Amino acid sequence: MHFYESVRVAMLALAANKLRSGLTMLGIIIGVGAVIALLSIGRGVERFFVEQFTSLGTNLLYIFPGQLSGGPPQERGRDVGVLTLNDSYAIANPLRVPDVIAVSPEVTGRVVVARGSSDLEVSVSGVTATYQDALLGEAAIGSFVGETDVQERGRVVVLGSDVFGSLFDPNEDPLEQTIRVNNILFRVIGVMEERGAGIGGANLDETIFVPLTTASDRLFRRRTVSGDYIVNVIYATVSSEERMEAAQEQIAELLRERHNIDFQGEDDFSIINQSDLLSIFGDILGLFTLFLSAIAFISLLVGGIGIMNIMLVSVTERTREIGLRKAVGAKRRNVLGQFLIEAVTLALIGGILGIILGGGGALAATSFINNFSAVVGIDAIVIALLFSTAVGLFFGIYPAYRASRLNPIDALRYE
Amino acid sequence: MFKPSPGGTGANGSEPQVDKYPVIETIGLTKTYTMGDVEVHALQGVDMTVHVGEMLAIMGPSGSGKSTLMNIIGCLDVPSSGLYRLDGIDVAMLDDNALADIRSLKVGYVFQNFNLLPRTTAQANVELPLLYAGIGGRERRQRAEEVLKTVRLDHRGGHKPNELSGGQQQRVAIARALINRPQLILADEPTGNLDTRNSVGIMELFQQLNEEQGITIIFVTHNPEVADYCDRVVRVRDGLIESDERNSPVGGEAPPFQAMPSVATGQ
Ligand SMILES: Nc1ncnc2c1ncn2[C@@H]1O[C@H](COP(=O)(O)OP(=O)(O)O)[C@@H](O)[C@H]1O
Ligand SMILES: [Mg+2]
Repeated sequence: MHFYESVRVAMLALAANKLRSGLTMLGIIIGVGAVIALLSIGRGVERFFVEQFTSLGTNLLYIFPGQLSGGPPQERGRDVGVLTLNDSYAIANPLRVPDVIAVSPEVTGRVVVARGSSDLEVSVSGVTATYQDALLGEAAIGSFVGETDVQERGRVVVLGSDVFGSLFDPNEDPLEQTIRVNNILFRVIGVMEERGAGIGGANLDETIFVPLTTASDRLFRRRTVSGDYIVNVIYATVSSEERMEAAQEQIAELLRERHNIDFQGEDDFSIINQSDLLSIFGDILGLFTLFLSAIAFISLLVGGIGIMNIMLVSVTERTREIGLRKAVGAKRRNVLGQFLIEAVTLALIGGILGIILGGGGALAATSFINNFSAVVGIDAIVIALLFSTAVGLFFGIYPAYRASRLNPIDALRYE
Repeated sequence: MFKPSPGGTGANGSEPQVDKYPVIETIGLTKTYTMGDVEVHALQGVDMTVHVGEMLAIMGPSGSGKSTLMNIIGCLDVPSSGLYRLDGIDVAMLDDNALADIRSLKVGYVFQNFNLLPRTTAQANVELPLLYAGIGGRERRQRAEEVLKTVRLDHRGGHKPNELSGGQQQRVAIARALINRPQLILADEPTGNLDTRNSVGIMELFQQLNEEQGITIIFVTHNPEVADYCDRVVRVRDGLIESDERNSPVGGEAPPFQAMPSVATGQ
């Protein structure tokens, strides 16, 4: 008997019991669907972050205060795990750190902005003039925070495009207008182009940018005891990708010296590059994938047991049919093949429906989110199909074997 | 009422005697079923020889072992002991696949309760044995149409069993038995579920197949009128052959098996 004949016979048998076939598939559909959906969203998140990181250039270093690895807080040194504006200026000194070409410190927080009757809570970034080149795009209107603004602690603000949209009419000229930031008057000097989410998922369009000094003094009132400006992060642009390690060493040496850490002491800062970030992220994603695999395994197991159960019922129900087929010349392998194909077809159709449902669902659900979309990977689809087939084979083999071993006359006499 | 055609041996009588060789030989065939502690001796040593072209009826009371014997002859079951040679081959030597080939190619089986696949058209039911004989779709269709014509159901191919009368269903089953051009047809009470009118039609069909195509046919029946169509009647009781008689032909020569040595004396 040809293979496609067996498939036809199997399809007819499944079609004869549509409701039952459908219900049996449900386990596989839900299992595969859930896994594909979560996997696609996970893949989307991964792509999103990779895009965000790499869009900033692969030669960017992130310097954070404290130990990111979660080590014990340092007892020695001055303020524990603090980075300052002067640290940033020191790193910018080409004599000390020759491989770094631009340094951009940042202090961040949440503020309320208001103009007229409208107000909203947004993120604020206190930055210096270098921030735009290192991390941002062009200003759509006006200009970005300049060096003199930082020197003079000017009450000037650059708006993200969404913030502009919330406070102004689209045709309105925002330049030289005043808005209130935490009830302090600021002069608008620019509006950024639409940019989407930035590092760590913060939406740059819903952020306002002010001089770092202004942010520290007027918005957060954060300074060290010695009067230095505290920053949350320093971005350092390295001359080239090859010089990343060298730059990292130069910065570490400089900061250890500035923070008075002796040769035995641990760093009170962390220098992280793109690949570090991506690998931290990869670790999280790996955990997520492992978790998913466990769910997938359990749900496929459950689905497979459902298939086995139904196939056993089906074999019992169709004992006479099996007897008849054997009486007219069906060999064991024909019967085995027929029931195996039925089981695999059940699992495979379930798998395909699961892929369509899960993948389509993930794409549909994320289509409402700006700049983000689930990614339904070919590899995920192929793996899902392979696994469905394997489940069908594995859980179909026993019922099919039972069917194939039936003695024709016993089967025909079965009541 | 049944009206057997004169001369049950019909075409056989005109054929050369050299063609007459045993298609079925059983020697000391026994079959014991074990149900829990109870042993049922369904066959207790059956010696029987059937020659090519014979039309034979097996009769006997219910439970005497007729079906058991037929099932063994049809290779649907295996004997507990004894020898069974089909076409000269000792069936005990054959493996599962070879037995399936015999069921597929050599024997056509007709059951009392038709045993058609429900929800499947007559055409597809008839084609079923060809599926397992590895014959392609076009030839299957062609041959199914042919045999449906032979059983006079040419226009019923698309009907499902529940859309056909009992007689028509049994014709479909006969067409299915015929489709692989078997040399042997086994019919276990083929008219048992049919009324008289349909029974006559079915028996005439069998007679025609026997006479025109020379197919060896063995019936199991309770009905003496079915037996009247046959040229030989074997009576079974308690798993043993009680009698083996030639039906008196109406103006024909002696059936050929009379001229052959019986298995018992031939051994
Ligand atoms: N599969 C079986 N298991 C147990 N006993 C059986 C089985 N098949 C037949 N028998 C017994 O064997 C005897 C002969 O049965 P069977 O050949 O069907 O008789 P018949 O066809 O002449 O009515 C009966 O007593 C029956 O109960
Ligand atoms: Mg019987």
